[in-house]
Amino acid sequence: MIARSLDEALAPIGDGAMLAVPREGSGAAMAATRALIRRGVKRFHLVTLPTSSLQADLLIGAGCVTTLETSAVSLGEFGPAPRFTAAVLAGAIHMRDATCPALHAQLQATEKGVPFMPLRGLLGSDVLAHRPDWKVIDNPFGNSDPIVLLPALKPDVVLFHAPMADRAGNVFIGTQRELITLAHAAQKTVVTVEKIHDGDLLRDPLLAAGTLPGFYVEAIAVEPRGAWPLPLPDHYGIDAAHLREYAQLAATPEGFAQYLDRYVYEKRAA
Amino acid sequence: MVMPGLVPGIHVFRPGTNKTWMAGTSPAMTETFRDEELLADVICRLIGEVRHVAVGAQSPIPATAALLARERANLHNLGKPYLSLLGSREHTFFTDGSRELFDCAGQNRVDVFFLSGGQIDGAGNINLVSVGGYDHPRARFPGSFGSAYLYYVVPKVILFRLEHSRRTLVPKVDFISAPGCSPDNVYRSGGPIALVTNRCLFDFDRAQKRFRLASVHPGHTLAEVIDNTGFDFDRPADVPTTPAPSAETLRLLRTVVAPMVAEVYPEFATRVFNIVMPAKAGIQ
Repeated sequence: MIARSLDEALAPIGDGAMLAVPREGSGAAMAATRALIRRGVKRFHLVTLPTSSLQADLLIGAGCVTTLETSAVSLGEFGPAPRFTAAVLAGAIHMRDATCPALHAQLQATEKGVPFMPLRGLLGSDVLAHRPDWKVIDNPFGNSDPIVLLPALKPDVVLFHAPMADRAGNVFIGTQRELITLAHAAQKTVVTVEKIHDGDLLRDPLLAAGTLPGFYVEAIAVEPRGAWPLPLPDHYGIDAAHLREYAQLAATPEGFAQYLDRYVYEKRAA
Repeated sequence: MVMPGLVPGIHVFRPGTNKTWMAGTSPAMTETFRDEELLADVICRLIGEVRHVAVGAQSPIPATAALLARERANLHNLGKPYLSLLGSREHTFFTDGSRELFDCAGQNRVDVFFLSGGQIDGAGNINLVSVGGYDHPRARFPGSFGSAYLYYVVPKVILFRLEHSRRTLVPKVDFISAPGCSPDNVYRSGGPIALVTNRCLFDFDRAQKRFRLASVHPGHTLAEVIDNTGFDFDRPADVPTTPAPSAETLRLLRTVVAPMVAEVYPEFATRVFNIVMPAKAGIQ
């Protein structure tokens, strides 16, 4: 359960996988993302719940992504996500544009073992128009009430970073409850953590309320500051200077290659 | 409750050096203010007295306005609205992850939300996706975020677009992330009420499916608004000037609200309010 190395923990994430990751503010496994790029992973169908920032931009820029299913990719205060933008303009990735609650609902459908979930909104939008996999029906309990149905989304692997895990593989996620939905919906869940908690997270009712049971977890690697340069809620903030440097370098393919050489291929402590 | 703005060492306020305007009517009240402060004041009035104001990603001025609304209500004992600032640890009450905002909104438990667009058209349609064809775009924006849902179910959606130009305010958007209006049989408990730009305030008339010019900001003109707007809009015979923020509002903004904004938008708070927050773990 607790892997001997990061690479060992990441072994279940193969080329061509549907990989789901959480938004920046919930715990992005950035050390693991850099390790995947070093391994040269390919053809990911990347799903972001519901948005992404540096993590998606890095994977896209490094050529690891074929299909992107997302509500938005942006560096937030640090500007547009440059490699995402360039890849879409060049037609280098297949886009499945969504909206935030649609991605939540599609994973919740899988969590419940049902084939679809209905969602309000969407009607008359071009988001819906470009999603042939989404259907509109007339609410069978209503009277001329069109509503959108979204198919269940079942990721091969989910990857995130969390504050701690115990030796039984239980993972503390706090109030980042969408991480639990992700794990419930995925075939396999891979987690990196700041540290190992001595004891059983499920025995303490205060901790258990914010714990993903090890039952759902495939592999865990200990990676202190594993979300760097992105934040880990209640632990550390974003590395603003680094994000500024990234935004500047990634504006061009040459600069992005320099970034990879400096921060990804050369393993470097945060 | 400790007011961070009143604790020495948390921040330093230096008067802004960018373009400023005179506030107040009496000489004793005269004070300069920045565009961002005027816009936050305008949005704060649009928010009104409500129970729950939510602010999404990349919305520093709406976040400033929402915090101002709460602090202003607090000051006058009006009962303060609940706030949910996406990305804030301090100013949110959610415990069910990032889906709670949408579940809340689905039951009309969110009264006010803010949306923007790379393009906005005269029917209130917003585009957060692309310019040109979707399959071969000339420009790409981050994506629709929660707009394709929240625009339908939040009663007061305030559109906010700083850049007021024919590039952003267009006759017809290239991609509808979310439509301004829907047919009668489409479930829709919400929609746009106004559009705030760097030049003016438009109200949205849902029956007419059109914008109506409400006021032009100080230092701007009606002719300039017409020249820079790509869609047709209604306007009264005499267009008022947007009122300047009061001295009390400016004081609240600079001393109480600004340090709160800095938790989520440090770059913005530094640029606009000269707030420098010390590095602090876990504020994300």
